[in-house]
Amino acid sequence: MTIAVLLKQVPDTTAKIAVSGGRVDQLSVSKWSTSPYDEYALEYALKLKEAGAGNLVAITCGPQRASKMLTDAAAVGADSMLHILADTSEMDSEQIQSILAAAIRHCEAEIVLCGKQAADTNSGSTGPGVASRIGAACVGMVSEVEVEGGSFSALRASSSGNERVSVSKPCLFTFDKAATELRRPNVKGIMMAKRKVIETVSPQDLGVEIGDSKVNIESQNSPPEKPPGQKFEGAESVPIVVLKLREEANVI
Amino acid sequence: MEITIIAETSGDGLHPVTGQLVGAAGSLGGPITVLCPGGRGASEASDISGVSKVISLEGDCFASFDSGAWSSAMASCSQGTVIASSSPRGRELGAQIASKMGIPVVQDVTVIEDGLMLTRPVYSGKAVETSSVSPPFVVTLRQNAFEEAENGGNAEVVTVNNTSEVSIAVKEAIAKAGERMDVSEADIIISGGRGMGNPSNFSHLNDVADIIGAAVGASRAAVDSWEEIPHSMQVGQTGKTVNPTLYIAVGISGAIQHLAGMRSSKYIVAINKDPDAPIFGVADYGIVATWEDALPSLKEELGKL
Ligand SMILES: Cc1cc2nc3c(=O)[nH]c(=O)nc-3n(C[C@H](O)[C@H](O)[C@H](O)COP(=O)(O)OP(=O)(O)OC[C@H]3O[C@@H](n4cnc5c(N)ncnc54)[C@H](O)[C@@H]3O)c2cc1C
Ligand SMILES: Nc1ncnc2c1ncn2[C@@H]1O[C@H](COP(=O)(O)O)[C@@H](O)[C@H]1O
Repeated sequence: MTIAVLLKQVPDTTAKIAVSGGRVDQLSVSKWSTSPYDEYALEYALKLKEAGAGNLVAITCGPQRASKMLTDAAAVGADSMLHILADTSEMDSEQIQSILAAAIRHCEAEIVLCGKQAADTNSGSTGPGVASRIGAACVGMVSEVEVEGGSFSALRASSSGNERVSVSKPCLFTFDKAATELRRPNVKGIMMAKRKVIETVSPQDLGVEIGDSKVNIESQNSPPEKPPGQKFEGAESVPIVVLKLREEANVI
Repeated sequence: MEITIIAETSGDGLHPVTGQLVGAAGSLGGPITVLCPGGRGASEASDISGVSKVISLEGDCFASFDSGAWSSAMASCSQGTVIASSSPRGRELGAQIASKMGIPVVQDVTVIEDGLMLTRPVYSGKAVETSSVSPPFVVTLRQNAFEEAENGGNAEVVTVNNTSEVSIAVKEAIAKAGERMDVSEADIIISGGRGMGNPSNFSHLNDVADIIGAAVGASRAAVDSWEEIPHSMQVGQTGKTVNPTLYIAVGISGAIQHLAGMRSSKYIVAINKDPDAPIFGVADYGIVATWEDALPSLKEELGKL
């Protein structure tokens, strides 16, 4: 059996985002990292692998620089790596999902883990959309998953707290932040990863005709600046602020 | 253009954001159908002005949440452009319905302009993106970003039976500690950070919250340091994104990852003893004081209103 984890490389959450010519300036990004929730997906994919659920393949679709993320995943224990070389920055939901769904089929994976949303798009579309394309059950907002006999037990957020649910393969889990330590590569892992070969393909190699995006990005801009706030010294100012909240802002 | 709205439900009724979805849909023109999964909130939905039809969608699959099953049962009742809330559930359903209908989805939109220009925050609010799209498509809308439609409608309610095979079995429900309102549902939020010193001091935040009907949130440092503060309270990059009318940050420094989850709040109040705390950079009203000094007075003043 094969487990797939979908990893997206995004500007590190501490990196400044600059805009030029109506687009986020990718070249000015100081540091690229694995999207935060994807790291939890990877951690639980490793746990499932260790519990004997199958081999683990790390998949990304992105430019050349994204391959580093796959090597890092191999250094902590991913068995193989698939890199679909393509620029995803102007792709719509259908395009990216059809590529990743084809990649999952290509790897014959029946268990898929990914992030609940990527730190660049902030969408949360990919996991559920891919699940529907590959005919897998979709368990969203998961913070724990484990093997339970022939199926899987997961903890997911619900409207009234958390729920423990059970699901069989084929299934896809979208990960929220989880209460677990993330493992970091050690020297031996890094050496091993260097010997592993990344399978690099194009969307066409996977049989995907991506076509035109149906969602055209007209512009990306910096968020509108807020007018500077008012600052008051000391607790004596609390009554003034409460008055302003009532009379200026009209919110209480 | 026909519009189908996926009702956002809360318990057995309608979540107030549904009225905002109808309000936003009104600007697109075209008949509006509200789809109520599990029939929940159907009669409330028919009261919303501007709604032409309510589909009370009944089926066994709606007993527990399975976005695959729900979306299969819902897609065949969805016509034209589909609008849902950008809640976790709304996003998951929106994405699945889009892929089942073979149309794109745009999530978490905050502005819809003529010519179908959709604006949404990206990069955790560090940029905004405007896209053009032609119908049909699926769009999820951020709570509190759109004017709510008024009541006074009288749409016909049609019951449709449709179900689909469920693949997720709920084994156990683990209730949240306490009965407090969830931050993602609240119009006013008061959040505490590491500056609260210890978790029992959150009782002061609870007191304020009780007076003004607020939810209580927390920074990641608070959630990580204290077991008593559950992750469900966390606001920020790896917590919840909130968009209330009023956000009060107490003893929170204002790290970029915290701001990512709350900077689009309409009004922000910060209480922090450090005049240089970055939270003051986004606050509409900043109070440089310790919470020990400021909260009693805040309680008293709010109590007078
Ligand atoms: C990948 C990643 C994701 C993250 N996601 C999140 C997230 O989702 N949410 C989040 O919040 N953080 C997140 N963080 C953590 C974030 O970087 C900060 O560490 C965190 O927000 C700090 O929390 P804090 O403001 O409560 O604590 P601190 O930074 O320690 O600030 C405490 C503040 O309290 C003030 N203070 C102290 N005593 C008092 C007093 N008596 N009265 C009044 N003020 C007082 C201090 O002046 C200080 O400003 C993330 C970090 C990373 C790397
Ligand atoms: N280009 C990509 N390559 C690999 N995984 C991706 C890609 N885009 C999205 N994903 C996965 O899907 C999740 C949700 O992405 P999004 O729908 O963009 O918010 C991410 O956290 C990743 O796990």
